[in-house]
Amino acid sequence: MDDQKKMAIIATKGTLDWAYPPFILASTAAALGYETQIFFTFYGLQMLRKDLSGLKVSPLGNPGMPMKMPFGPKWFKDINWNIPNAVQSLVPGYESLATTLMKQTIANNGVATIPELRELCQEAEVKFIACQMTVELFGFEHSDFIDGVEYGGAATFFEFAGETDICLFI
Amino acid sequence: MNFDKELDAKGLNCPLPILRTKKTLNEMTSGQVLKIIATDPGSVKDFAAFAKQTGNELLSSAEAGSEYTFFIKKK
Repeated sequence: MDDQKKMAIIATKGTLDWAYPPFILASTAAALGYETQIFFTFYGLQMLRKDLSGLKVSPLGNPGMPMKMPFGPKWFKDINWNIPNAVQSLVPGYESLATTLMKQTIANNGVATIPELRELCQEAEVKFIACQMTVELFGFEHSDFIDGVEYGGAATFFEFAGETDICLFI
Repeated sequence: MNFDKELDAKGLNCPLPILRTKKTLNEMTSGQVLKIIATDPGSVKDFAAFAKQTGNELLSSAEAGSEYTFFIKKK
């Protein structure tokens, strides 16, 4: 009997912050000896694009996100910039600025980048499956995505998910 | 403690120390010992959990200041 542990993840979010949990868990699971698959659907497809520069983080409508500066003296870094949603939504480039600051914070803390984690997943033979229905729905081409991605639907997901020890929706 | 290979995981955060360890162990042979130095405070629990789940033996886990040193024997 096959006693290898298995994990399946459904990745549905398309922002920089939410790209972390699927790739961190999948790469770690693979390192622990799990056979691992990630099924990317809806906005999660963004994580499979060749060009990942479109992954951004938005503090808008996200009261859980601390807005702190990743540079300057300690007293400056400790300030939490509590900027009202109404102001955030009006300032052009606010999301890009927040994304730049987040990337700097990530680098300062020795946290891996998303391209790095994705590559580590691929090296560890984590299987990536893209939902064909949403690929078409959003007007993507297979050529938008990295090599090694398989395309399938819900039934494809269940074929593996039904055999897993851990199954997560992110 | 004697070791066959050393991995510097200083400054790296979760899950990189574990992923680098796994990769380095793959290049080693059964019975060899890997020394890992990390600065991630979460690594103490993580390395114990990694050893338990993969069957590689955690020979020692020590903390000195802000550095954590682990010795793992490959299964």
